[in-house]
Amino acid sequence: MRNSRPALFALATLVLLGGGIALALFWVPDDADQGFSQRIFYIHVPIALTAYACFGWGAWKALRLLWLRDERYDLESYTAVHIGLIFGVLTLVTGSIWARTSWGVWWTWSSRQLVMFLVLFLFYAAYFMLRYSVEPGRRRANISAVYALFGVVLVPISFLAIRLSSDLIHPVVLKKSGPDMAGSMFLVFCICLAGMLSLAATMYNVELTGKRLDGHLRELREALA
Amino acid sequence: MSGYFGDVAALARKDLLLELRSRDTVPAMLLFVVAALVVFHFALPTDASARATDGLLWIGIVFTALLGLTRAFVAEREGGVMDGLVLATFDRSAIWLGKTLSVLAFLGLAEVVALPAYALFFRPIGWELVVAVVLADIGIAVVGTLLSAMAVVSRARELLLPLLFLPLGIPVIVGGVGATVADEPGRYLAFLALYDLVFAILSWASFEYVVAE
Amino acid sequence: MSSGDRYVFAAYTVVLVTVLVYLLIIALKVSRLDRELGELARRARERRAQEEQDEREQATVG
Repeated sequence: MRNSRPALFALATLVLLGGGIALALFWVPDDADQGFSQRIFYIHVPIALTAYACFGWGAWKALRLLWLRDERYDLESYTAVHIGLIFGVLTLVTGSIWARTSWGVWWTWSSRQLVMFLVLFLFYAAYFMLRYSVEPGRRRANISAVYALFGVVLVPISFLAIRLSSDLIHPVVLKKSGPDMAGSMFLVFCICLAGMLSLAATMYNVELTGKRLDGHLRELREALA
Repeated sequence: MSGYFGDVAALARKDLLLELRSRDTVPAMLLFVVAALVVFHFALPTDASARATDGLLWIGIVFTALLGLTRAFVAEREGGVMDGLVLATFDRSAIWLGKTLSVLAFLGLAEVVALPAYALFFRPIGWELVVAVVLADIGIAVVGTLLSAMAVVSRARELLLPLLFLPLGIPVIVGGVGATVADEPGRYLAFLALYDLVFAILSWASFEYVVAE
Repeated sequence: MSSGDRYVFAAYTVVLVTVLVYLLIIALKVSRLDRELGELARRARERRAQEEQDEREQATVG
């Protein structure tokens, strides 16, 4: 039963994300203020939330690694952070496109979410520099895990920092689509969010399996050499 | 003197004595921060606001700290003392605390030179700046010591530490600059204190995993 | 299609392309794993054949 998990997630992704995107592009009504271009919201925000979820999952696995002293969790934590980084970059790209449609610029420091993800990108990119720079083994697993934990603590602290800094530099805060959405919009948003989360889960399972296969192959090769 | 804080004090004292004898790190930090301030003067256009120099001061503080932090565990690494320290019976977090205290002392010495130099070259400083610098130094030391221990076991070493540190240093910069230029520095100082508390606890708790084999 | 619409489709396309590129990378990895596994299976087969031959030789001599 365990082996069918990637397939189940892939199926869920197909239904939820496929359906969600179709609804977002064709069924949901236009936003009153922003018009058609507001529809980027239906993938941009789910992608951002999924990135947070991946980093959180990676930190959870990191905590298990340190707590249970089981190196098995290293691969899981690393994969989760990797997927999170991919979604983080996607957040920046889709956010930048949305900034272009809303405010005419490809980047703005007034968008707290964009700035937050830029900081997180820097942080988690450094995670990979760290991993490539330390010899594989228990110590690398421990160090990566500690760093992943620092990451999730950084999220709320950065959030506060960015809010404090925007008061200093930009007293005017530009807002995106507000919380008062029509019911249908909220439904489509939830479907897309569920779809993105399943996409991340699918990617996570597939990548993890691939990495495990790599490890097993290496063992086999050594045994047969 | 036995016990946890005895160990911490012994470790911190060892680092300070070592620095007193070799004079490797602190003089370099002092010279660096003054040189940086001079560079800032040449880097700023003539119509730059006073606020801009305040921002640059904080950049100078952070990069001077990085200079010192890079060397934090180098002595242990090269002398092969690291394994001995770790294998010793006392709590590994004491290593972190002792090292953090000595790093804090070095940073403090650097600021004792940097702040008057800044006041001389650019503009007078207020009490908010001093308090902010103290709080920021604590945060930098707390996080930087742990990251330095990570960097020292890597192949990239001096290259890696700034990469690891700068994202975590952004909140410190925000707090510091905010406290310096804002009308109400209280919020920013409180934020720095929060940063210090949160990351001190996290670093203290996780250090043993960083040095474990 | 107005320029606003164009950006919306650009955003959705970026996501799609990213997923497809990811799929491509995984596909390449899977074929590499398949190749290596085949190689190892071949080596295991050869070794077993070798061992059986050694046993047979022993039996005849002894």
